[in-house]
Amino acid sequence: MQAAAKNTLKWTEVGTINDIPQLGSRIVCTDEGNIAIFRTADDEIFALRDQCPHKGGPLSQGIVHGKRVACPLHDWKIHLDTGIAVAPDEGCAATYPIKIEAGKIFLSLIANTGCPKQ
Amino acid sequence: MGNASTEDLIYQDSARGVYRKLVIHDNRIKGAVMYGDTLDSNWYFDLMRDNTDITDMRERILFGQAHLGDSGHGKENRVVAMPDTAEICGCNGVRKGTIVKAIVEKKLFTLDDVRAHTKASSSCGSCTGLVESLLASTLGGNYSLAPHAKPVCACTDRSHDDVRKAIKSFDLKTISATMGFLEWKTPNGCNKCRPALNYYLLCAWPGEYKDDNQSRFINERAHANIQKDGTYSVVPRIWGGETTPGELRALAEIAEKYQVPTVHITGGQRIDFLGIKKETLPKMWGDLSKAGFVSGHAYGKAVRTVKTCVGQTWCRFGTQDSTSMGIQMEKLTWGSWMPHKFKMAVSGCPRNCAEATIKDLGVVCVDSGYELHVGGNGGIKVRVTDFLCSVKTPEEVLEYTAAFSQLYREEAQYLERTAPWIERVGLSYVSKRIVDDEEGRKELAARFHYSQKTAQSDPWAERAAGTDAHEFQPLKVVG
Repeated sequence: MQAAAKNTLKWTEVGTINDIPQLGSRIVCTDEGNIAIFRTADDEIFALRDQCPHKGGPLSQGIVHGKRVACPLHDWKIHLDTGIAVAPDEGCAATYPIKIEAGKIFLSLIANTGCPKQ
Repeated sequence: MGNASTEDLIYQDSARGVYRKLVIHDNRIKGAVMYGDTLDSNWYFDLMRDNTDITDMRERILFGQAHLGDSGHGKENRVVAMPDTAEICGCNGVRKGTIVKAIVEKKLFTLDDVRAHTKASSSCGSCTGLVESLLASTLGGNYSLAPHAKPVCACTDRSHDDVRKAIKSFDLKTISATMGFLEWKTPNGCNKCRPALNYYLLCAWPGEYKDDNQSRFINERAHANIQKDGTYSVVPRIWGGETTPGELRALAEIAEKYQVPTVHITGGQRIDFLGIKKETLPKMWGDLSKAGFVSGHAYGKAVRTVKTCVGQTWCRFGTQDSTSMGIQMEKLTWGSWMPHKFKMAVSGCPRNCAEATIKDLGVVCVDSGYELHVGGNGGIKVRVTDFLCSVKTPEEVLEYTAAFSQLYREEAQYLERTAPWIERVGLSYVSKRIVDDEEGRKELAARFHYSQKTAQSDPWAERAAGTDAHEFQPLKVVG
């Protein structure tokens, strides 16, 4: 479903992979709040709303490990690919469609709706 | 229980139905028998597992760990007798009934399980003893751990001490080399082990190890304290807590220029600017640098503050120049990364207005010189310092300060304050290394001075000049 939708998405170029440190994150500021762009050790890129489902902590400021980020406020762990909190915590941060072309990061500013089933 | 080589310590109160027996060999606990009040069983177990030398607490060990209740729990410290509605975890508002229910229904067996499922003991940690007691009383004989050293985190079976030894013995110089050599179970660790490894490496290889920003908790990566709304706080260093009208004027102008929402005086005699947006930090630091201020490291596992009183310059009771002493100690130690935060104070007389006896290192001036006190803590577990020794001159105070700091840096576990460290290794051990062994003390001090050569570089000035600019700027602003 999402693959089909991807063709019709409006993409915004936000920078290159190298603008983000490995195991790090940078934010994209929008009128609807910040979006955190993460880069793993394997150069995978993920985008999440920069708000922990727990108390709204800025996930972009957390320590990235594997495909997870630890929220800096109360140490919830969030899966970068799904936005879902690592069990037994419950909740999820919205994900954003993202694509990489020739090292450039393209982001859709419309979040994927709802949280995927666990 | 026990044999010809062991000794027994026994406490018996028949009227209260309490019996405790500890079996000791070579001043280490080898076994324990408890009847009636068994609240301290976890503490004895920890001491046994850690093979802690109990010489320094031998005369009071049978009376238990006095500070199990700690701040935030009123006088409640007998967990079995508490009602289900009693609040165990003050930080997260978790009641006894919730924890017991989770232990039973979700079949929890470890402290980490309870932390994950209930949040109890997962914030400041002061109720850990209470939660462990609840586990013990709920599970009965099912709650036990094999006596072995605690691993750093779930990414490895190795203990903190194993890791430190390996780093030095096998010349491991990066986080990935250390993880590879010690067969870490995860590809790049977690937010528990990476900061620990980063610290151990920079302590082991001063001037050589390249600090890994991504393995720093945000406060140390951004050199400011993150607040609940995602803004930051900024605390400039005010040496020894002594300032001037000129400095205050400069701070006031900067606070007004950046429209700082809250200005607060800290417990460590500093001024705290709260509510600063991250992208504003480098500019504000530039202005602070121009006014002569450096980072106060209020955000770090590092030397924080040296608090002083006005001493003999003004006070009619002052015996020494406590303010200058404190300033010299702060100039010596600032910028040093530590296993945990490290606070100092210098009081000009035994009235102790600078509260030196609840600091990691406290100096109390007396007519004949300076008393050095170590291992105090004014936080979760209030602990009064242990008296280390007396010295005669300011030069000696500085030498002992450097040596004690370095011993703590080299041997404590990451995130272990001086108070639990000293309780674990014993004051006698610290005293042997710092007081009795003059040559060893001088070597420790020399290693501290060497490490400081590269550590004393102001991170705020560097960032004001452009270092790590990506950390403070958005990738892009759209809309």
